[in-house]
Amino acid sequence: MAMQTATRTDQLVIVDRIQRSTSVTEFVLERADGSRLPDWAPGAHIDVVLPSGKIRQYSLCGDRWTPHQYRIAVQREHDGTGGSVEIHEDVQLGDVVSFGGPRNNFRLAPAQHYRFIAGGIGITAVLPMIEQAEKLNLEWQLLYLGKTADRMAYRHLADHYPGRVTMHTSTDNGRASIRQWLGDLPEDTMVYACGPETMLEALPEECPDLPKHFLRTERFTNTLADATVSSEPYEIELYRSGKVINALGTTPVIDALSQAGVSVITSCSKGVCGTCEVDVVSGEIDHRDAILDDDERAANTCMFPCVSRALSKRLVLDL
Amino acid sequence: MTINSTARCPFSGMPAAIDEPAEQRIEAPVMDVDPFDEATLASPYAMHERLREADGDVVYIPAYDIYAVARYDAVRETLENWQHFSSAAGVGLANFNSEKPWRAPSLLLEADPPQHDAPRAALEKILGARKLRRYHDEWRQTAHELLGGLLNDGTTVSNDGAVELDAVTEISEVYPLSVFPDAVGLQQEGRANLLPYGNFAFNAFGPRNRLVTDDLETIGPVFEWIGNQCPREALNEDGFGDDIWRAADQRHITEEQAPLIVRSLLTAGVDTTVYGISAVLYHLASNPDQYARLRENPQLVRRVFEEALRLESPVQTFFRTTTTEVTIGGTTLPENQKVLMFLGAANRDPRRWENPDAFDLTRDPSGHLAFGSGVHQCVGQHVARLEASCVMEALIERVERIEFIAPPQRHINNTLIGWDSLPIRFVPA
Ligand code: HEM
Repeated sequence: MAMQTATRTDQLVIVDRIQRSTSVTEFVLERADGSRLPDWAPGAHIDVVLPSGKIRQYSLCGDRWTPHQYRIAVQREHDGTGGSVEIHEDVQLGDVVSFGGPRNNFRLAPAQHYRFIAGGIGITAVLPMIEQAEKLNLEWQLLYLGKTADRMAYRHLADHYPGRVTMHTSTDNGRASIRQWLGDLPEDTMVYACGPETMLEALPEECPDLPKHFLRTERFTNTLADATVSSEPYEIELYRSGKVINALGTTPVIDALSQAGVSVITSCSKGVCGTCEVDVVSGEIDHRDAILDDDERAANTCMFPCVSRALSKRLVLDL
Repeated sequence: MTINSTARCPFSGMPAAIDEPAEQRIEAPVMDVDPFDEATLASPYAMHERLREADGDVVYIPAYDIYAVARYDAVRETLENWQHFSSAAGVGLANFNSEKPWRAPSLLLEADPPQHDAPRAALEKILGARKLRRYHDEWRQTAHELLGGLLNDGTTVSNDGAVELDAVTEISEVYPLSVFPDAVGLQQEGRANLLPYGNFAFNAFGPRNRLVTDDLETIGPVFEWIGNQCPREALNEDGFGDDIWRAADQRHITEEQAPLIVRSLLTAGVDTTVYGISAVLYHLASNPDQYARLRENPQLVRRVFEEALRLESPVQTFFRTTTTEVTIGGTTLPENQKVLMFLGAANRDPRRWENPDAFDLTRDPSGHLAFGSGVHQCVGQHVARLEASCVMEALIERVERIEFIAPPQRHINNTLIGWDSLPIRFVPA
């Protein structure tokens, strides 16, 4: 470990690209100066802003004991909204993307036993959970569902953890019976599932006896699918004083505010603690914090200027 | 290298250094200081400067066989790097890898990820700034009642209506106790135990000196009372305590964890804010021009609090323990070593702060380390801010000038720095 000065840049360099299967590529991201990245826990995802300005959410699937590095895995979807094709085709080693978060709506709660159900690329959210269960010496089982084996990027898990992983391919074997796989669950078991909507919708029926808080699911409803981030400059209007400040598209609002001599107290400067919250009168926000949930983001009424910026040309703040 | 007899666990009395350090080569500058000496605890500033200006980012203190960091960047790095600097081995002098903790370790303060994750996420939600909005009106009202009462009933001393009082015993120690225990949902009886408990817990992070041993005989019933407030039945519905139990109902944490998380609020949530409010009152009384400025610009209340925290750093120190061999600024520390972080020294490091000893409302105090930094950064910071701003808002409305009438008296604690007495005069607005 070397001493590093605090840094807040959200620019990440692609330092490695690993082909994991015919359709899945893993990307390893670091800051150019190799400094620590914001902390995260299993279940977390980051928002990645692709070179085109498209925002996509990807689960972090690396190791948080390597704090200067994020790892994501992307499945190429030809019928998707274009983000997965773009990142596969246009994002090369050495390229730079920016990120927001990490956020976590899929936290691993303490339990004695875990059952993980991963459909397709949903495995990425589960990987750090498996690592954690192993670290804590807890009993776990994984049901890993995919269309065909060659598309399943992490099929080596079955060899790595003998007796813990059930692989199921739907092309050859039809739909899996999750209920059968779960069987009689031991006391204090939590079930975590990440995968396509159809799989998640069926789940409550598949485990009718499980108390509702013991089943956790993560779906990627990309609420920001249509938004694109531009790196063009934008204007910040201070509602109370009427002052207008010009901001660079590539830096958080706080930078422009402090350059203009407007001080807002910040504390963590990572969008985590919530100290710098500012009310937004109008304009669209490019949220990069770890605090607001999707509904609060969509409401567009407040922001955390230590990390967030503007999507619209003008942002009016209650300052 | 010798181990000083003071380097002992405060409770077992066992020597702190178990790993035989005979062959350990100390790379860091060796500093002949005693951070827990009473005169130093009362005024640590000269020692801070020596530590900061030693020839390296990290120093070695043989009196306790510990390493220490005092420069801003080094303290911040140590706070944030939980992978290499563990809290689970205790954030005091005792090393839980070889010494028995005096109480069941905290699930927040004395835990590392992954165990730290769930209790932290739960408490962050409960104490989030947005969640606290519902207390604004009530806490503001309470502050007005307190100050209004003091101005009406206090000893009036002159024809400008000035009132003399002790700001510590009549404001700092009163206000948090009139809002926080209700917000947690504690019963009325026994709340007087909260301050002695916090005082003891913060002393216990240090060595087993007089500050610890003097209280050992009387602290038993205090522990017992604290323990009895943590179960669900003891807590009113609709408070932070019950919120913690609800997080267990929703299985964000387990039922076994819930009472210990309630205990964290009782340990960390009272004395700290008493000291924080005293810090504000001390600096406003010491800087009449800045007080006048605040009265003209009430939106400065938040900055006043942060600047007072930067300068005072009510929580002066915490320890970490190295999880592996690790290098700070070119100095390599062996595994399983205690590292003392001087938050107060970092907050006055001239490398980071211009004119660091001045209480200056034109500076941006953001980035101070009085609440720590990283995954353990104070989860109660919004509670502290809300209490302090409510007191200040009532103060500037009702009081035109604050003046000292006698020298303030320091309170000594192994971890906290604050005041026993701030004798002041309020000139009403
Ligand atoms: C001015 C007042 C306060 C100061 C200066 C202060 C300071 C601190 C500091 C420096 C830490 C970091 C400890 C570390 O890194 O090891 C911390 C953590 C903590 N504080 Fe505060 N605190 C204050 C008020 C409060 C209040 C009001 C509460 C409760 C409502 C609280 C609850 C906690 C808890 C539970 C932790 C542990 C968090 C964790 O380890 O994740 N504090 N505080």
